[in-house]
Amino acid sequence: MRKDYILEKRKYVIIALLLIVAGIYLVRLFNLQVLDNKYKDVADSNAYLKKAIYPSRGHILDRNDSLIVYNKPTYDIMLVPRDVQEFDTADFCNALNITRDDLIKRFEDMRDKKNNPNYSAYTPQKLFTHLPPEEYGRLQEKLHRFPGFYIQKRNIRQYACNAGANVLGNIREVSQKDIERDPYYSPGDYCGDLGIERSYEEVLRGEKGLEILIRDAHGKIQGKYDNGAHDLSPVPGKNLKLSIDINLQAYGEKLMAGKVGAIVAIEPETGEILALVSSPNYDPNLLVGRDRGKNYSQLVKAPHKPLFDRSIMGAYPPGSTFKPSQGLILRQEGIVSLSTAFPCHRGFISGGLRVGCHRHESPITLKPALRTSCNAYFCWGLKNMLDNNKKRYGTIDNAFETWKKHIVSLGYGYKLGVDLPGENRGFIPNAKFYNKVYNNHWSANTIISISIGQGEVTATPLQIANLSATIANRGWFITPHVVKEIQGDTIRKEYREKRIPKIKRQYFEEVAEGMRMAVTGGTCKRAQFRGVEVCGKTGTAENPHGRDHSAFIGFAPYHEPKIAVCAYIENAGFGATYGVPIGSLMMEKYLFGSISPERKGMEASMFNARTAR
Amino acid sequence: MDSSRGNQSLFQNIDWLTVILYLVLVVTGVFCIYAASYDFDDASIFDFNEFSGKQLTWIGLAFVIGLVILLIDWRVYETYAYPIYILLVIILFLTIFIGTPIKGSRSWIAIGSTIRLQPAEFAKFATALALAKLFNSYNFVLNQKASNYYRALLIIFLPVLLIIAQRETGSALVYFSLFLVLYREGMSGIVLLAALFAVTFFVVAVKFTDTLLLGIPMGEAAVLIMIMMLIVGMVAIYAKNALVARNIFLGFVGSGIIVAAFAFFGLVLNGYVYFLVMITAALVYCFITMWQVKTRQVTFIISATVVSVVFLFLVNFGFNSVLEPHQQLRIKVVLGIEDDLRGAGYNVNQSKIAIGSGGLYGKGFLNGTQTKLKYVPEQHTDFIFCTIGEERGFIGTAAVIAAFLFLILRIIRIAERQPRAFGRVYAYCVASYLIFHFAVNIGMVIGLCPVIGIPLPFFSYGGSSLWGFTILLFVLLRIDAGRRDNPAY
Repeated sequence: MRKDYILEKRKYVIIALLLIVAGIYLVRLFNLQVLDNKYKDVADSNAYLKKAIYPSRGHILDRNDSLIVYNKPTYDIMLVPRDVQEFDTADFCNALNITRDDLIKRFEDMRDKKNNPNYSAYTPQKLFTHLPPEEYGRLQEKLHRFPGFYIQKRNIRQYACNAGANVLGNIREVSQKDIERDPYYSPGDYCGDLGIERSYEEVLRGEKGLEILIRDAHGKIQGKYDNGAHDLSPVPGKNLKLSIDINLQAYGEKLMAGKVGAIVAIEPETGEILALVSSPNYDPNLLVGRDRGKNYSQLVKAPHKPLFDRSIMGAYPPGSTFKPSQGLILRQEGIVSLSTAFPCHRGFISGGLRVGCHRHESPITLKPALRTSCNAYFCWGLKNMLDNNKKRYGTIDNAFETWKKHIVSLGYGYKLGVDLPGENRGFIPNAKFYNKVYNNHWSANTIISISIGQGEVTATPLQIANLSATIANRGWFITPHVVKEIQGDTIRKEYREKRIPKIKRQYFEEVAEGMRMAVTGGTCKRAQFRGVEVCGKTGTAENPHGRDHSAFIGFAPYHEPKIAVCAYIENAGFGATYGVPIGSLMMEKYLFGSISPERKGMEASMFNARTAR
Repeated sequence: MDSSRGNQSLFQNIDWLTVILYLVLVVTGVFCIYAASYDFDDASIFDFNEFSGKQLTWIGLAFVIGLVILLIDWRVYETYAYPIYILLVIILFLTIFIGTPIKGSRSWIAIGSTIRLQPAEFAKFATALALAKLFNSYNFVLNQKASNYYRALLIIFLPVLLIIAQRETGSALVYFSLFLVLYREGMSGIVLLAALFAVTFFVVAVKFTDTLLLGIPMGEAAVLIMIMMLIVGMVAIYAKNALVARNIFLGFVGSGIIVAAFAFFGLVLNGYVYFLVMITAALVYCFITMWQVKTRQVTFIISATVVSVVFLFLVNFGFNSVLEPHQQLRIKVVLGIEDDLRGAGYNVNQSKIAIGSGGLYGKGFLNGTQTKLKYVPEQHTDFIFCTIGEERGFIGTAAVIAAFLFLILRIIRIAERQPRAFGRVYAYCVASYLIFHFAVNIGMVIGLCPVIGIPLPFFSYGGSSLWGFTILLFVLLRIDAGRRDNPAY
């Protein structure tokens, strides 16, 4: 019996074996079901096909309601790799007019994690994009023979005219960065790139809809999940109405053909940008569709960087276009009266320093100084403010900071806040900057060239144009902007509110009169057209990189101005040579819709002039 | 004997706990089958066109079978054990030829046009009866004669061979679980231990082949090191010679350090040479020091070591040359060497996804997406456990495991209270089958065992499996109920 007793004990070995197995299984199950969450996600992606329904992107109209950007349907071939079964590649290639090697190459590219970091055999992948409708039609008929493939309709942009590419921007496929930045995006989505497509992306794109479908193991759709209770319908993007006059924009681009530079035209009363020309420009249709990538990299490499929007990104020395702002500050600070006259004997001469000027009467007061664009007057003015006003300001630092405060209030030195991406702030130095550069040893003479818009001072054509608009308004401006109306919404508050520099209206009147005199009997005589009282100021900006830049600011009419412009042409010489004609032609075109016959010759010579090297 | 009184005592003596566990498992099973085959159109659970409806019919018949079994005198099973066994063996044999081919195997017999039976499921019962009858023979003690082993192994392996011939390897493997019965009845534990070592050696040797140690695959080196440790262990514990064990151990470690140092300076000694020389040296040392006093132990140590080493090289040869590629792949997938999610690993990967997505509480009855959308193949039969995992979560799977555990432990308890070898051996046979099915089926579904197509008892869809296990269990209940009628003789 002892033997039996020992054998009976063996049941414990068997029980232990059973318990060990059950224990291992329980641990494993706990691991699978409770600790590891990955299976839940896999199961969901197995069973639910979340199909985005893309809303149509908002259209873009110009200020006269002509449609300039709209949508065109295009077709992408999508596939879920793990659902793809053996298929007749010859048949497939025929429908798409490609070779077998193309197809194999495309598959390899798609699977390449380097090019396509989001690749997964379980999620929809793009095989071919932007199928034209006839290829779409051919493939659609055969699609049932290619399980795992489907066609997704997308919208791409179409541009009604070849103008304003820098303002409009374009759309591109989202990058990995975009997806990380904004959870709205999923791979393959489009987003705005450059221009208002970028800055108004959230308005234009609308809200994607969502359709949740139930998919079985064979990839067959079994119907809508929960009868579509969790589906979301897409919300179409809102249309934008631009302040841009597309005809004026196109005209400006034509004027700038063969030249490098920018034109900015603003409606002073509203701050609405009427034209924002950057030259060289490009055809917006280049950045649409299949060849976008190729064209884009060509544009990146092209001479004079057409993708660089000079009107808001270029920081230039404002040159003499800066002088009106100097007049305003000198008057406001009481440095000069209307009758204060400074001597000018072909220049400003002080302590061994000489800033040249051209021949005109001397001594000279503010308005004639603006008329003749006298350098000496503004140099003496700044010198008096900085060096000879210890009583008023105490130190030169304080005097300079006062100057700086005024110039900033006129819109310089900081981004104006235009509703476009990439705006440059230009540069207005402060006292600290000079203390550092000159080791605390500087006087008005050291920095005197800033009074005539040279030296350290730089500004964007937009900022320069904005000064013109501020003078046109006699003392205020509204932040320049390109979007006039948003469908079913209002534009941002900052584009509706006046910004008022602390300079009296009276001084603006004086400066405006000086600018009027520049047209009637000064540097900008050629700006006059059709009896309109045009006001202007030339600028010839020296620059270390070569020939002077030719610049012009102006507004018209003198009373109740309708348009303010800045024309800035790189390396084109005197302001009067290119800046004045181009700026004034823009104004005439806007005010009359056409150019008067007597100015046609000037127009033609501007169209044909080539200054770009 | 008054029959009414007999029946009264019968129903008093039935182990109702087992019956309740049986009912719980079977009823839960129907719900799972309904959920697994539920197809978004709201067919009734009773619809005969659905798997669940059919299964309900099979269950109804199973209850009738169970009742009939209980009403038959238990002595019938003992008396007719061999004839039943022989009958089933004949049917198994015939099935090889007249079976309906399904998925490459011929293990089904069609009766009429609607009913198909799998004799292998019933052969388990017959084999259990025959084995019980053998052990119940007068003065039968397993360890007494070698011929006793031959007879037991003959009873076990006759159906195995026939089932393999039907190409239904999974069902054949089930019979190996009967070694547990032999163990309980006196077979040396070394057999189980050896099996355990064999599995360990196999897994280690096959799994770790991509890195090298001393110029030989890491897995094989690891097994050889394990064999060395085994020698030390056997000398210390079995031969009880601590001194010799210590010397062998120091010899291994010392030589290992020297070889490693040489390898560090670029002088790599071939691993096979090193290991085989050291193992041989250790065995020779054992032989010299202990042969005189501990002949039996030394013989055992030497033969165990030689068998282990030979086994290792056979594994290598067998795995690469004997197993067919698809079998190799299945094993590799389970061992995690290869990931073949579209092929051999697809079922298991999908079943892991289904179970894993269930979470703690599950998605709720009929809310499972993976099982419903047919991501898991064979989900109403072999992979039925997925449905529980997905819809009932960890709570559900733990409950099912607990239920099986209770049932099996209950059967072992019943086995041990049998006054006679017949009842005990039969009960252990039932327990062994259940342990095997439970371990292998759930193990494969959660990716811990190779995919061997055997059902989860009482759960999986199918009449044959349900009836086979019902017969096994109810005959046991009947024998148990009659245990007081006839004490041991």
